[in-house]
Amino acid sequence: MHSIRLTATSSFRALARASMTGLTMLAVFTVVCGVAYPLLITGVARAAFPWQAAGSLVTATGERTTDRAEAAGSALIGQAFAGDEWFLPRPSAAGDGYDALASGGSNLGPESPDLVAAIAERRAEVAAREAVPVDEVPADAVTASASGLDGAISPAYASLQVARVARERGLDEATVMALVAEATHERTLGVLGDPYVDVLALNTSLEQAAPADTM
Amino acid sequence: MTTQAEVLAAVGQAGILISLLALAHAPLGGYMARVYSSQRDWRIESAWYRAARVDAHTDQRWRTYAMQVLGFSLVSVLVLYGLGRLQAYLPWNLGFTGLDPAGAWNTAVSFTTNTNWQWYSGEAAAGHLLQMIGFAVQNFVSAAVGLAVAVALIRGFARSGTDGRIGNFWSDLTRGVVRILLPLSVLAAVVLVAQGVIQNLDPHSTIATLQGGTQAALGGPVASQEAIKELGTNGGGFFNANSAHPYENPTHLTNLFEIFLLLLIPSALPRTFGIMVGDRRQGWAILGAMATLWLGALALTTWAEMSGPGTAPQLAGVAMEGKETRFGTAASALFAVSTTATSTGAVNSMHDSFTAPGGAVLMVDMLLGEVAPGGVGAGLYGMLVIAILAVFVAGLMVGRTPEYLGKKIGQGEMTLVAMYVLTAPAIVLTGAALAVSVAPGLAGIQEDGPHGLSEVLYAFASAGNNNGSAFAGLATGTGFYNTALGVAMLLGRFVPILIVLALAGRLASQRTVPTSAGTLPTHRPLFVGLVAAVAVIVVGLTFLPVLSLGPLAEALS
Repeated sequence: MHSIRLTATSSFRALARASMTGLTMLAVFTVVCGVAYPLLITGVARAAFPWQAAGSLVTATGERTTDRAEAAGSALIGQAFAGDEWFLPRPSAAGDGYDALASGGSNLGPESPDLVAAIAERRAEVAAREAVPVDEVPADAVTASASGLDGAISPAYASLQVARVARERGLDEATVMALVAEATHERTLGVLGDPYVDVLALNTSLEQAAPADTM
Repeated sequence: MTTQAEVLAAVGQAGILISLLALAHAPLGGYMARVYSSQRDWRIESAWYRAARVDAHTDQRWRTYAMQVLGFSLVSVLVLYGLGRLQAYLPWNLGFTGLDPAGAWNTAVSFTTNTNWQWYSGEAAAGHLLQMIGFAVQNFVSAAVGLAVAVALIRGFARSGTDGRIGNFWSDLTRGVVRILLPLSVLAAVVLVAQGVIQNLDPHSTIATLQGGTQAALGGPVASQEAIKELGTNGGGFFNANSAHPYENPTHLTNLFEIFLLLLIPSALPRTFGIMVGDRRQGWAILGAMATLWLGALALTTWAEMSGPGTAPQLAGVAMEGKETRFGTAASALFAVSTTATSTGAVNSMHDSFTAPGGAVLMVDMLLGEVAPGGVGAGLYGMLVIAILAVFVAGLMVGRTPEYLGKKIGQGEMTLVAMYVLTAPAIVLTGAALAVSVAPGLAGIQEDGPHGLSEVLYAFASAGNNNGSAFAGLATGTGFYNTALGVAMLLGRFVPILIVLALAGRLASQRTVPTSAGTLPTHRPLFVGLVAAVAVIVVGLTFLPVLSLGPLAEALS
């Protein structure tokens, strides 16, 4: 009994001593890893890659900028588009759609009745909008991305939208198809990831070619 | 459905990843062995020890070592809890208030235990300074603690009759950060920025979009955090969408690079082990068992996601719900398997929306104890415990006293091994059973039926094994889940660490016995197969009942 109490007391003392040392160690780690390291990277980033570090911002004419006031978006972050004269992005589960303060997916499982119903509804909607049979609607057109900020669509979904966008903007389809090709990214090194079309870049170049007469 | 080009791409990107890891294996493994064997301190380290007035040279017995691990971690939890609660008073808080008590407790434990389970959404709850001096600091030191414990166990095997001395914790901790994690993080962060991961201290504000709407513009020191998040197998995202977020993982290249980072140290550690125990073949055998399990899981998950079984994927055509266009199914499966087979828990796709067999494999990855190749340090010590179990099983078969690396595996050692193997299942099953038995637990479940149970089981598997990824449909930002998962993470980290250090102490005190004709060779393919099989069988026997009620029922329905 006596020895057990003794061990407990000495263990407690050892823990207290280790905690005190731990606290000073943590203070040093905080200065090095929590302050010096991120500030160093921020400095290097600003000097070597200022555009990327600031968020890969682009203007309405597709120029790079680091000034949020001049920007019409980020080349990396998807935005909401509505209307037949635009290439439309994927469904988004981020807030009300493409809310950058609420990134995330639907998190619905493969057997979720809600998800199955949503996909069926979107298929019908896209098929009607593009005037094609439902079987031609690609998967990315009817599923929400993981981030809700996916700025890309599949080449198949882009092709599907060419006829409508060309008609609405009074362009011929070949011109629009060329713009799609310019905004298409193949697999890096031939194998990494999936091919995709950058929707913001595509819509930006579309605006340069034939501005939509909205607003 | 799946084209040949897609299959080639899937195999090709796995091939590039494996080649890169193979290139780094020997140099990094050898370097880490030198880091933890060297008698000399770097000048900056000496200054550091003087500043903190710490004895970083005395060789410690396991109890002292363990007390220092616990003391350091206790202080870490308390400080992080305080920072979370007091966020409103910190500079650069972006106007966010303090975390509530249960939430601050969960987050403090989560980052200290290398789990990085996140109940909150980064862009809506955590300011830049909390991310930097709170989360990023723990990303470094929790990984270094894992490394230290693994190295202590290696010393237990390597030393002979030392009355249980296994190294100096403060020295191991400091060297892990200064010589391994920091230099690699600096390099990795610069690569990530070059590819488009943001790195600034700007607040979130608003910009006008192309069509004339508005959208939030985000800021933050993301690249510096992203680097250590993967390298330290932490996994806590700066933003809610984690590595699916275009600002955390913008391109095809960053995706591969991040997978590389999270596998880098865990896959090189077996080399460190082989060198330090004086027989590199032993390291190859451990790596072989890890690689077997990882490749098996990768093949299954990639097949499941590319073929897309299940009602919703079949209707859509491809299992693209919760996946990014730039990654597609194959690169999502590669990331998902690597993040759950290590203790990372970062995600580039939403695991809750994976196909039923794909999601089941991810869960099994974690239930294996994350040993393929596992978290930084934690994967190696977990796999070494399984190797001892495999030696014991083999010993029973042939009727000889089991030995591993010249150490007799007696009753004392096996008691510790059995306790280790039972810890995580006890936490996971008790936690999940509790959650589905009480109202506040049931309230968080998003979907009825087997998928609902899968969500809960996944959460406790993730917390109990310090992974941190989620079937995120489960609403866990509640008092119940924050408290219960916090307890699961704490026990799931420190009970195994105490057992491993006790084991290290016992092994270090033993005299190494010379190998004889009857010693089971532990470097041959037969042993590799045995270790992998033991890992799978233990999980199978423990978890088959609950898996069959959750993901298996879902896959077969």
